[in-house]
Amino acid sequence: MHDRYKLILGSGAALGAAGAAALPAQAQTMNVTVNIPRLSVAEYHRPYVAIWLEKEGAAPRTLSVWYDVDKAKGEGTKWLRDVRQWWRVSGRSMSFPADGVSGATRAPGDQKIAFTAGRGPLGQLAAGNYTLVVEAAREVGGRELVRLPFAWPPKPGAVVRGKGNSELGAISLGFGK
Amino acid sequence: MKARYLIAGALAALTLSGAAQAHRQWMLPSSTTLSGNDSWVTVDAAVSNDLFYFDHTAMRTDNVAVTEPDGALGKIENAATGKYRSTFDVHLTKPGTYRIANVSTMLMGSYTLDGEEKRLPRGTTKANLAQAIPAGATNIQTAEAANRNELFVTLGAPTTTIFKPTGTGIELVPVTHPNDLVAGEAATFQFLLNGKPAAGLKVTVIPGGNRYRDALGQQDLTTDANGKLSVTWPQPGMYWLNASTGGREGGPGEGAPGQAAKQTAGGKGPEGAAPQRPAGPLKDRASYVTTLEVLAL
Repeated sequence: MHDRYKLILGSGAALGAAGAAALPAQAQTMNVTVNIPRLSVAEYHRPYVAIWLEKEGAAPRTLSVWYDVDKAKGEGTKWLRDVRQWWRVSGRSMSFPADGVSGATRAPGDQKIAFTAGRGPLGQLAAGNYTLVVEAAREVGGRELVRLPFAWPPKPGAVVRGKGNSELGAISLGFGK
Repeated sequence: MKARYLIAGALAALTLSGAAQAHRQWMLPSSTTLSGNDSWVTVDAAVSNDLFYFDHTAMRTDNVAVTEPDGALGKIENAATGKYRSTFDVHLTKPGTYRIANVSTMLMGSYTLDGEEKRLPRGTTKANLAQAIPAGATNIQTAEAANRNELFVTLGAPTTTIFKPTGTGIELVPVTHPNDLVAGEAATFQFLLNGKPAAGLKVTVIPGGNRYRDALGQQDLTTDANGKLSVTWPQPGMYWLNASTGGREGGPGEGAPGQAAKQTAGGKGPEGAAPQRPAGPLKDRASYVTTLEVLAL
């Protein structure tokens, strides 16, 4: 359909396929903390948040999406496209609810989520340079995206930090065994 | 009537660049990129100068057809036509890219009867040409005017099934999918004329919202030998894309004001509806309009 699709989306398995050789004996974890800022606004709705991995030449991999999962008839999926960067690179080719990925929206404050290499949405990762992307879009509010670059395999204990200005607060990505 | 033609011709000559082109026909969808399993888009359809402000004439909706992502025929719902615009809904229930299109192929032409030259009535097609020409007519000349005004909307991931060309008039073939446009990125489209690459086709791209700015912000582009061109969108928003060919240079075939008038709800538009007298032999015409949504990065 499109040259760029072939480059990014056509190699769907590439992001994890070569990972087995690089996988250490012990399971590695990625601990993500996303601060959802408390906003003083007249009408507040918790943001939709997407967390995904990008690697040059590989298909982006969605790790987690927080949205209105409990609405009747899947109506919460209607606004997934407003998380627009994620929707374009990954969301639009997924179906919802997505097992191990879909989750409820979260309240303001530090929200933690952990992923284990070789399991669930993270799967196995080939060695290389990655970017963890966190994007938030809020009903009757704004939208923001924060990128955290890291190398895989990581040094245990390493932490990568990023920060949003409006819809996202501090974001950290820690690695553990 | 003669004087009016002369004036129209003079005006056309003055505005050869097309800068003052009148009466753009457009459809404006509520969304082009949708998520979920069941969504609706609503569409405004009008003919006006400013994009996308419905302040002149409504566009007729009786000829608007929906093609679903698998190629099946869909339908418009809740259609209504007011003074200045029409509106209708399309229910999206299948994943993929839908086409919403107003396509017509008309015959223009003339004949001589009892020493007097007469024009073919509006609405003449190949099918009813025989009835349109009275017995005893001579010097019959006809040419086709193929007009296409279409939208694309996508539920989920974009698909390309609906882009199979019909081989009539100007058609768009995606290199970049028209529902995958982002400001600052170049998009490539191919245009076909009667099923073959339309080389040297003039294409105009205008961002919406020109009521609130001084410059039209128009991009004038020309397709290459393969009928392809590249557009870079300066900012996110809705864009009107128009291409036309045939007719006289700078005349009614350019920018398709004649097409716009032909399809207004009232049937008889103002000055734009006056039939234009061709300067030379009749040539086939084709025009193409689409509205493209460009998202922010």
